[in-house]
Amino acid sequence: MDLNPIWLTLKLAGITNVLLLAIGLPVAWWLSRGRSIFKVILEAIITMPLVLPPSVLGFYLLLAFSPQHGMGKWLQQTFDVQFVFSFKGLVLASVIYSMPFMLGPIKSALQQLPVSLSQASYSLGKSRWQTFIHILLPNIKPSLLTAIVLTFAHTLGEFGVVLMIGGNIPNVTRVASIAVYDSVEQMDYSTANAYSLILFAITFILVVSVFVFNKYRLKSPLE
Amino acid sequence: MIRIDIEKKLKTYQGKQVLKIAGQFERGSITKIYGPSGAGKTTFLKVVAGFLQPEKGNIVVDDIIWLDTVSKISLPPQQRMAGFVFQDYALFPNMAVLEHLQYATKDAAWIDRLLAIGQLETLTTHKPEYLSGGQQQRLAILRALATKPKLLLMDEPFSALDPKMKAELIGELQLLFKELGTTVFIVSHNPQELEGLAENELMIP
Repeated sequence: MDLNPIWLTLKLAGITNVLLLAIGLPVAWWLSRGRSIFKVILEAIITMPLVLPPSVLGFYLLLAFSPQHGMGKWLQQTFDVQFVFSFKGLVLASVIYSMPFMLGPIKSALQQLPVSLSQASYSLGKSRWQTFIHILLPNIKPSLLTAIVLTFAHTLGEFGVVLMIGGNIPNVTRVASIAVYDSVEQMDYSTANAYSLILFAITFILVVSVFVFNKYRLKSPLE
Repeated sequence: MIRIDIEKKLKTYQGKQVLKIAGQFERGSITKIYGPSGAGKTTFLKVVAGFLQPEKGNIVVDDIIWLDTVSKISLPPQQRMAGFVFQDYALFPNMAVLEHLQYATKDAAWIDRLLAIGQLETLTTHKPEYLSGGQQQRLAILRALATKPKLLLMDEPFSALDPKMKAELIGELQLLFKELGTTVFIVSHNPQELEGLAENELMIP
């Protein structure tokens, strides 16, 4: 059995997680502070992948980044970057597709912290950044872990969106979920079963780890 | 000297009303603030600390303008550094007793003294969830004092303390306030408990 789709999937999930953590923490913090019509619209856009069929999202990403049209053409001509049918494209699609899974738990955990915690820190002369690092972040640890695991597990299982933007190029865009589909198409059920079992096992271990880590707080990964 | 003259709109269950407070307070003075629930006592403290912005007014502390809505000056809470004892304590769940004080100051001798005043020396490694209500309240007071603030704002600071502990702590705090020259505003539902501590009073109707 070719293990490359598994490594590619883990690499994709890892990179997506790191990028989403870097983007998600400040954005979730900003969204958790007060309401405005702009924030509501942005939140709705970020949440769209939760309800939109992955193939629809993949189709629009394919159009947007196609080297024959607008933005994709400009990116290729200016920076020599091509997102369609490349690993970079998979990362971009995964970041967009999994964003609500990272942002949702973090934002809701930050909103649940009493505002007086930040105020107490400010009154001690601490900046917003110091308050975020020393007070807010440590107190949302269970939700942060939940967000990381959900994002990782969700990226492992992506199919429609990665197929649309990445296709099925061995060692480049052929991730495990596509390898499963490909094997079934070729009636190779034992290979499909092997890929599926590995994905199942990784996801199960991740979810159980969150349950164990959050045991004392009685918080399930689905909260 | 602290000069305060503010107007802030309040939304209460009785409808909209305006909180208007004006007064001058000597440096080192202790003022008790009382009035009915929803009158705006906590709001007043939060405006002074810089957590809330009033529609109109100014606050001048020792000739430094903290707030002037006309010239659009409003120092952030980090620059005002008014000590604040929150009604809900606002203790940091991730920090033990000693860490709360170390987060506020690096002065180890001052931390030791505060721990002795609050009788929390034996509980330094305990996180808030393992402290009683009274111990949590004392920690909230100590944390607010850790920065040696010029101005201390206390919102129902003694509500969870038993009478003996309250009397002992008030005695210690009186000495400390005098030593630091701290000006203090204390919100209380029970003004009698502050007899002998506060020389001024401010009634919010």
